[in-house]
Amino acid sequence: MELTRLSALELGREIKKGQVTVTQAVKEQLSVIKARDAKYQCFITVKTDKALEQAEVVQKKIELGEYKNSPIAGVPVAIKDNICVKEMTTTCASKMLDNFEPGYHATVIGKLKEAGAIIIGKTNMDEFAMGSTTETSHFGETKNPWNIERVPGGSSGGSAAAVAAEEVPIALGSDTGGSIRQPSAFCGVTGIKPTYGTVSRSGLIAYASSLDQIGPIGRTVSDCASLLEIIAGHDIKDSTSVPELAKNYTEGLVDDVKGMRIGIPRDYIGEGLGTEIKEAVIQAGKVLEDKGAIVEFFNLDMVDYAIPAYYVIASAEASSNLSRYDGIKYGYRAKESTNLQEVYKKTRNEGFGQEVKRRMMIGAFVLSSGYYDAYYIKALQVKALIKKAFDNAFKKYDFILGPTAPTTALKLGNNLNDPLKMYLGDIYTVSVNLAGLPAISLPYGIDSKGLPIGIQMIGDVFKEKTIIRGAYALEQTRPYVRPVL
Amino acid sequence: MISDEIIKYVAALAKLDLSEEEAAKAKKDLSEMIDYVNQMNELDTTGIEPMSHVFAYDNVFREDMVTNRPERDMILSNAPEKKDGGFKVPKTVE
Repeated sequence: MELTRLSALELGREIKKGQVTVTQAVKEQLSVIKARDAKYQCFITVKTDKALEQAEVVQKKIELGEYKNSPIAGVPVAIKDNICVKEMTTTCASKMLDNFEPGYHATVIGKLKEAGAIIIGKTNMDEFAMGSTTETSHFGETKNPWNIERVPGGSSGGSAAAVAAEEVPIALGSDTGGSIRQPSAFCGVTGIKPTYGTVSRSGLIAYASSLDQIGPIGRTVSDCASLLEIIAGHDIKDSTSVPELAKNYTEGLVDDVKGMRIGIPRDYIGEGLGTEIKEAVIQAGKVLEDKGAIVEFFNLDMVDYAIPAYYVIASAEASSNLSRYDGIKYGYRAKESTNLQEVYKKTRNEGFGQEVKRRMMIGAFVLSSGYYDAYYIKALQVKALIKKAFDNAFKKYDFILGPTAPTTALKLGNNLNDPLKMYLGDIYTVSVNLAGLPAISLPYGIDSKGLPIGIQMIGDVFKEKTIIRGAYALEQTRPYVRPVL
Repeated sequence: MISDEIIKYVAALAKLDLSEEEAAKAKKDLSEMIDYVNQMNELDTTGIEPMSHVFAYDNVFREDMVTNRPERDMILSNAPEKKDGGFKVPKTVE
């Protein structure tokens, strides 16, 4: 039995049955990381000693009968490096935070620990989650396990690539405009962006607070649903977390879509979408129809305005959120500054990369007096119209089916020269964040370049169970395809 | 429409000390981006309430009680420079 090829739930079961100890599982996972990560560079930090220490503790507790209700006790989990883990460097892939050690756990980390999961390390990402390729990382680029000349997507590229490369069975990412779903699509794995407010953001280093959500990445829909059930829930430390939440996601793991109404937006399969991806979406629709669902094409509208509204709102919030990096309380400080203004300016200029500065500038502009109404307020009005378009769609459909991204994984190298072109790759994902909706990306076929195709299912708010059901039913028609590692 | 003055002003707001080269690049990037987002003006949004959050939250209140212990050492452990139990900064008052 190759432990590191198992899904998280399979490994959890083997551990519970006593077929394998947590220490064995963690040791084997660490040796796979050691063998492969020089090639793929999924991790910024791997904590071998801490992982083995945790493994001993969790194994003892399992033997004492603890973690009865946790399916992932003893299972290694990788954490995107913008989620705070106590006494583990949390860098946001930025020079600004390259030696930052949080003094507390993010709420999701506390929940994982309570479930007996083993925090094995921190994964690479675009700097401060700003990017779609993981190339803006201060620590170098992650390679796509399907083809090392390709990007893993971003911003949670390290998490998605680590899961695909079997360096870990499951991981946490964060999604502000597609940062869980797009890398999941590029790496041939599954990822869920939950309804806004489902998972606590306490301890998630903020990019755009009204859009950010933490979510699971795994090789199966079941792993993702189970992990989401563990990390979801109200948190007094996040005033935007939803007070009463039905955490019944695993109930959606049934192979039955009979009578479900599914809409495919015409605007999602038109100009700009790769032909093979379009065919995959239509094929998925047919398969679900054969299984008894009712599939229709419809006009979603407002699709063209999602990216403009997203980049105004996200940049505005980023410029505000990132003002905390002043070179005084934590993180990087530029040398030889003689006064306070100089400390701020030099520190920020040296500590932040190009893309982060670009978005802070856009944000400062759209929030500045004279432009606030024309850009920021306008974008919030467009957001309201986008939400309305989705509300109308969900009167007719249980969920929306479409592509996750217009292309499969891009080549490494040239993506950062033309920011606008890169932003356009977010066309099918950003509106989901603006409208606060849940969505899942799952692999569905391989294109002629040998790269995985991702398709997306979008649900109405709090309808995670519905999209999990759709994704699970579709997943049952195709076995998981692994890259050659 | 993005002038050198606007770039200077925005850089000051963002507390960035841009070199001439960086400022020129920022001008180009910001101009292109603003041209692009101007697409939003095709939409008539008269009378549409701006939506900052999808769920209409009222303020969320809690009792103003200290729940954590003093953790000065832990907090200072990340400071780039510190002195006598505080953050150290350059002289701010002449």
